[in-house]
Amino acid sequence: MARKKLKTGSDLTWKDLEVGNIVKEAGSASARKTGDWRTERPVLDKEKCTKCALCWLNCPDAAIRPTEEGYYEADLHYCKGCGICADICPVDAITMTEEEEL
Amino acid sequence: MSKRVGLEASHAAAEAVRMADVDVIAAYPITPQTHIPERLAEMVANGELEAAYIPVESEHSAMSACLGSAAVGARTFTATAGQGLELMHEVVYVASSMRYPIVMTVCNRALSAPLSVWGDHSDAMAVRDTGWIQVFCQNNQEAFDMTLWAFRVGEDARVLFPVMVHFDGFSLSHVTEPVILPEQEEVDNFLPKFQYPFALNPDKPMTHGAFGPPDIYSETKVSQEVALRKSKGVILQGWQEFGEIFGRYYDPVEAYRTEGSKLLLLTMGSFSETAKAAVDAMKDRGELVGLVNLRLWRPFPFKELIQAVKGAEILVVFDRCISFGGPGGPVSSEVRSALYNEKYRPTVVSFVGGLGGRDMSVKDFEYVIERGRELAKKGSPELFEMVGVRGEVTGIRG
Repeated sequence: MARKKLKTGSDLTWKDLEVGNIVKEAGSASARKTGDWRTERPVLDKEKCTKCALCWLNCPDAAIRPTEEGYYEADLHYCKGCGICADICPVDAITMTEEEEL
Repeated sequence: MSKRVGLEASHAAAEAVRMADVDVIAAYPITPQTHIPERLAEMVANGELEAAYIPVESEHSAMSACLGSAAVGARTFTATAGQGLELMHEVVYVASSMRYPIVMTVCNRALSAPLSVWGDHSDAMAVRDTGWIQVFCQNNQEAFDMTLWAFRVGEDARVLFPVMVHFDGFSLSHVTEPVILPEQEEVDNFLPKFQYPFALNPDKPMTHGAFGPPDIYSETKVSQEVALRKSKGVILQGWQEFGEIFGRYYDPVEAYRTEGSKLLLLTMGSFSETAKAAVDAMKDRGELVGLVNLRLWRPFPFKELIQAVKGAEILVVFDRCISFGGPGGPVSSEVRSALYNEKYRPTVVSFVGGLGGRDMSVKDFEYVIERGRELAKKGSPELFEMVGVRGEVTGIRG
């Protein structure tokens, strides 16, 4: 979905804030990259992946997307690195890897 | 026709909440506030008040339930006291920062230890900086009036802040006094329906309570601080319109027989009425003394205070709370600080007393005034004096 580019926190002055800091627009997180504080990322081993989609189903942030080839991969702009996908994967195709190692 | 009935302050507050046609009450009983939730629960059970009464398991839950209730635009009330307010503390900040106009009565009570269910202002002073609008009542009529006024001011779209109405535990909460109750029609004229502009609604989703990283937190606090100070205009307007409808007018700072007085006593809450009797007795003896009753505590009424003490040489401030290790009672510290930059200002003398339900008589206030004059003239090595404590108190020094 196309969205207008939202101001980031550091563009706003105190006068730009809504009463009680309410965010009036729903789903505004999709206009921002919210995964930049992740410490680990899921790395997919395509050899092992059976395309079962359990990772896609269980991702709490809806950050896993189907690829054109039919695999499922995390959108790293939104993935927080929680590791649920790696834990749920029945064939251990996903390995949580330290960001620093990549 | 309004009617004059005998009510304790707790029941007067409950009656105001009923007449305000509140939607949600979430409260946990605690002495000396118990009669308020008890009476409201009774009203709901009897069908005298159509509201949701949530019997929560703690004060922390009470205020948390109030947040949710206010977030959907429901008129919301709770009440607590002493330890209950302490347990609620964390959520008290959330209510003001998220700008939810909850009304809360606090029946002021001392804090443990030692365990005391009796009155003083320690609980109120511990929530001084929580960002709520706060007023102190002198009597049961004010308990009714301020509760009604609190909904009106807090819910105003230009304000949207929670309001705390303080009245003294037992000496008001449990004491019956005549209270004038208005007609429902007058109340409805004064208090419009609550129209919360940001009510949560599945058809129009929005985010309440997003987190605040370092690049935005300071901005959120400035916006809150400016808005709280700006609420003063609506606070005054609310009292003005209250007066026009009900005939009782209120000021942020009440000056009682202060004209021409060289010495003024400043008090808060129910002690102000006792102190007025002391001022009357001394005025009869020809002494130039008067009383300042501080009604609005937050936002602090700087301008009105400066005006009220103009021309006075001595200002004796009486606190019902110790600020341990600090420069004096919390009220005296603030008053002194508020006057510090004035070119002509009175000498401020600090007294602390009436702790944990210790009574202060008219004679005691006459003593405070006389002793205050003595201290202002000759000075003292002590930062403040205790009133009515057995044994000479020394060692309260900087």
